[in-house]
Amino acid sequence: MTADDRVQSEVAAALGRDVDANFERLVTTYGDRVFAFVLNLVADRFVAEEIAQETFVAAYRALGGYAPPRRRALSIRAWLYTIALNRVRNRARAREFSASLSLDDALPVAADAREEPSAHAERAESAAELRAALLRLALRYRTPVVLRHIDGRSYAEIAEILDQPVGTVKANVHRGLALLQADYETRNHAAD
Amino acid sequence: MLQTELRTLRQVRAPEGFAGRVLAAVGLVERYALVETPIGGVYVAWNEHGISAVMPSASESAFRRRFAERFERPAERGELPATLRRVIESGDAAEARRLRYDLRVCSEFETAVLRKALEIPRGQVRPYGWIAREIGRPKAVRAVGSALAKNPVPLLIPCHRVVRSDGTLGEYALGAPQKVTLLKGEGLDVARFEREGRAGIRFHGSATTKIFCLPSCSDMRRAKAQNVRTFRSEGEARDAGYRPCKHCRPVAA
Ligand SMILES: [Zn+2]
Repeated sequence: MTADDRVQSEVAAALGRDVDANFERLVTTYGDRVFAFVLNLVADRFVAEEIAQETFVAAYRALGGYAPPRRRALSIRAWLYTIALNRVRNRARAREFSASLSLDDALPVAADAREEPSAHAERAESAAELRAALLRLALRYRTPVVLRHIDGRSYAEIAEILDQPVGTVKANVHRGLALLQADYETRNHAAD
Repeated sequence: MLQTELRTLRQVRAPEGFAGRVLAAVGLVERYALVETPIGGVYVAWNEHGISAVMPSASESAFRRRFAERFERPAERGELPATLRRVIESGDAAEARRLRYDLRVCSEFETAVLRKALEIPRGQVRPYGWIAREIGRPKAVRAVGSALAKNPVPLLIPCHRVVRSDGTLGEYALGAPQKVTLLKGEGLDVARFEREGRAGIRFHGSATTKIFCLPSCSDMRRAKAQNVRTFRSEGEARDAGYRPCKHCRPVAA
């Protein structure tokens, strides 16, 4: 069992006992992860925050309707990602975010205290380019690529989140990564 | 490498204040209300973990500022739950014990001290050393004093019922004069407590039951005045054939 899994079962056990008393712990444990996941899918920090917040509000409402044994048995990470993903899909259908974005919108890259401001700016710029490229990828490839290569989830967990066979997930991750690589290279060469 | 670059996108933090906004959105926000008490108006705050703060303040804005400073989170005005109002107004110790308290700002030791103080009945007092002994840290008398001074929920957790054994009432988180007012209001004979303390009297005994107590123990109040004996030490009481009371536990077992 990884440290991550241990935290997950601790949080699930706590929620099994008392949702209201332990909901804050759920938000502080998974807030950054859910926000990062959504940001990497939508590349817009305001939309990402809105969706991340909606995700936890929906989670809270759902937990209220679950009996303690069901709460204790939750795979919290996968469950939160599934809720977040449904919201991203709904927005994508409503075309609430477009494939164009400014560098400012895609800003979040944690600054290292020892890092030169210029180096950080360069890193932020390449992160923004990468997010823009991700956004040009169709959602059915973008999501498994984000989960596998950014978030580091296992294929089994991604299959659970996406409700797809593991084989399909693997194929989409590979295809998505290849498309991303091609797109990224084309753009970088065009800029040279 | 693309895959290495992708991994850097993981290092993202949720925006500042994200958790607070989520908690507010689901209604799990900290609330406070103003309550009248024998020592004036105090602000009481509570959240899903229990009652988190009792603070006297000159104004609502002063309270909000002090609360945010001490607990590093905001609180919003709310409607005081009826049970909470009743317990504060009655000062009933048994009811106060049944409430839930949010003592997350306290250390394990401080929490043990406060939980023990919660056991002291209304109108009675216990020395600092009594708390130290009861929680199994007989030498930590000073630390007991500091823990009580930091009590986030005074009045409800009655740190005003913990006093010095030399006949003075000692410090109080909400001010020494307020301690006198509160104890008098609860029916403690403060003048007698101070007089006997100065005279070195530590225990009262009942000549009928041959049991000795801390002076404010309710068992002793039931004894007829002419049957009450006073003792300066445990040895004096035991030599006279008295046994310690099981309710106020005046000496180490
Ligand atoms: Zn007694």
